[in-house]
Amino acid sequence: MVLKVFFPSCCSAADSGILIGRWISEQNSAVILAVVHFPFIPVQVKQYLGEIQRVTKVSVSVLGSWSNSKQEKEESLSEFLEDLGTIFCHEPWIQISKEGDSKFWSCSTLQKHSKNPQEEEIILVYYDQRKVMLSHLHPPLSSAAREAEDASKLWAIFDTVARSQVLFMTDRYDEGPIKLSHWQSDGVEASIIVELLKQASVPACVLLAALLALVSGICRSRVLNIWPLSFLWSKLSTCEQLGHRLQHLQVISSSKKAQSQNQLMRKANIFVSLLIDVALGILLMSWLYRKNRIGHLADTLIPVADHVAEELQDLLQWLMGAPAGLKMNRALDQVLGRFFLYHIHLWISYIHLLSPFIEMILWYVGLSACLGLTVALCILSDILALLTFHIYCFYVYGARLYCLKIYGLSSLWRLFRGKKWNVLRQRVDSCSYDLDQLFIGTLLFTILLFLLPTTALYYLVFTLLRLLVVIVQGLIHLLVDLIDSLPLYSLTLRLCRSYRLAAGVKFRVLEQQDGKPLRLLMQINPLSYGGVVQTYRLPTYSCYPRDSWASLCKKLFLGELIYPWKHKGDKQN
Amino acid sequence: MAEERRFRSAAGLPIALRRRQHSASCRELALRGPRLQLRSLSAATSAVWLAAYGLFAVSENSMVLSAAIFITLIGLIIYLHFVKIDQESLLVIGSLGIQVTSSYASGKESTTFIEMGRVKDVVINEAIHMQKVIYYLCILLQDPEDPQGVSEVVPLFQSSKPRLDCLIEVYRSCQEILEQRKTAPQSN
Repeated sequence: MVLKVFFPSCCSAADSGILIGRWISEQNSAVILAVVHFPFIPVQVKQYLGEIQRVTKVSVSVLGSWSNSKQEKEESLSEFLEDLGTIFCHEPWIQISKEGDSKFWSCSTLQKHSKNPQEEEIILVYYDQRKVMLSHLHPPLSSAAREAEDASKLWAIFDTVARSQVLFMTDRYDEGPIKLSHWQSDGVEASIIVELLKQASVPACVLLAALLALVSGICRSRVLNIWPLSFLWSKLSTCEQLGHRLQHLQVISSSKKAQSQNQLMRKANIFVSLLIDVALGILLMSWLYRKNRIGHLADTLIPVADHVAEELQDLLQWLMGAPAGLKMNRALDQVLGRFFLYHIHLWISYIHLLSPFIEMILWYVGLSACLGLTVALCILSDILALLTFHIYCFYVYGARLYCLKIYGLSSLWRLFRGKKWNVLRQRVDSCSYDLDQLFIGTLLFTILLFLLPTTALYYLVFTLLRLLVVIVQGLIHLLVDLIDSLPLYSLTLRLCRSYRLAAGVKFRVLEQQDGKPLRLLMQINPLSYGGVVQTYRLPTYSCYPRDSWASLCKKLFLGELIYPWKHKGDKQN
Repeated sequence: MAEERRFRSAAGLPIALRRRQHSASCRELALRGPRLQLRSLSAATSAVWLAAYGLFAVSENSMVLSAAIFITLIGLIIYLHFVKIDQESLLVIGSLGIQVTSSYASGKESTTFIEMGRVKDVVINEAIHMQKVIYYLCILLQDPEDPQGVSEVVPLFQSSKPRLDCLIEVYRSCQEILEQRKTAPQSN
């Protein structure tokens, strides 16, 4: 079998000593974690290793010897190192020696109890200890797979180095009996800013949690949840977005430490997303309030609403005449047209009633943009919905009329043919009708049939208008969802510290020399950007589309009302 | 120990296979496709610019010319960085795994490493590609639940598409190393 030795590249210049690490017998590989230098007392080394084993649950042991001689190979040292093999008995005892500045090391094994005493090939794999310790392999193995005997080799190596973090906490300035060499032996890395932030975050989290408890208590109180108001809150997308953000804040301010890598990344992503959102919102607010742009916006709102109403009136006049050359039923046409015109007249008067207060309302509502850009976009979508409320009403009237007509027609068509819908059996059965039933039914059928084009045209026009408004609202919500769910922290991590998110490893073959073991360099293969977004996407509260295209077309044809955007809390009907 | 031999791809273009043996259980096989020719590059650029100049002559809008230059530059960068594969290589390390690398003309390298425990076998397969039947080399991955089953097929050398003679050479080299893991005593 081939023996694989994973050697940290930071220990290449270390002085002679013994190698400690983990031996993975199923894969015939040795992961070397550090070098212990002379002088040492073997009993103390064994005690230290026992402690490390207890704390990290990684079976760290002495694996072999390392000799770094500046001059020629010293015979006495090599015999001494071989004798060490008897004190720390380990099967097989690995001996690595480096002469001078040569790149090519000689590596040999001592097997005392070997069944087949042939020379086995040795592969020396260099790895960057710091990067391997900090990185996380994707996709993460489930705990069941972790316990399995044939767990992935790479995962075992990454896990070994990551769990031995406490081994790397002692540096060469420590006054202990054991002198180690590893990636942090020149001085433990730490950052003052990170430590200060960690200290400051604890009281900040407690304060935030208390505030949030207060706010959510107010939101859930009975006063705000009586029937008309609760219906209003459920229809406004601003309230949904605020509720969603409140949930996010609760996740961040929880005092429990994140248990796994996934949870930590989720918290960090939510934090960065909130920060960017609020920053963009404040930027938008400062732009709106400079040069009184919001006043100008409020001033143009009423003329725009008037203009839309005028266009609708022109449209209705066109429909009441001979639209596109089609001949309408004059009486029905006039009734429907006048009904809708009166509706628009009511709407215009209502808007004009509100016009002195619009500027003030808009000024205060614009202030809420400081809660985030997503909230501002949701407010925009809600204002659009409120301004086009009459289009929604027209759509509902037209759809109901058309739907009634279609159902009436289908039922009378069955009567025309002598059949009936059997509700009990849910199928069409033949039925014998009386003569007067047939007469009235046929009359009504004819009337409804000839009035169909008029109603269908009104329905078509208002459905198109409604779909236009729905598309615009949908685009705004798409943008809001994008800001909500994009994992910005993970993407920045992938950009700046790509070794933290690993999809795998890659090996590079280094210079070889005959007779020496094969030298490979193991580097981290980072996850692709698409993979990062897919793994760390934040969940959102809406999912679309609700209906497939086929069922949507069927609903449009039959005149049933369509609600294109579904929210996750809605009950299925 | 390196040797280079010339072959042809399925479309008739010349490709070169380079074999290197780093040690008894480690082999590297690199397939190099034809490089980007200056002729085709200048032909494409002149065609785009002539079309842009023709549009400019018709519409008298100088934005067309700057748009054409912009499009040519961006198109060239996208082509070199995402489309044109210069070299595809296979590194087989017995007892560690198989590494597949594609190097693009801009220097970007995209690597995948498959551990030896997941590799079931390396075989030559036939496939219907457009109007031709071509041979391709692929790695069969083991299904963790079913020891006889294959969970995934990873095709190799997809951009160079070598012919059968080249594939047989690569196949033989890989199998020599894969056989070693069968003769070696089982680890678990």
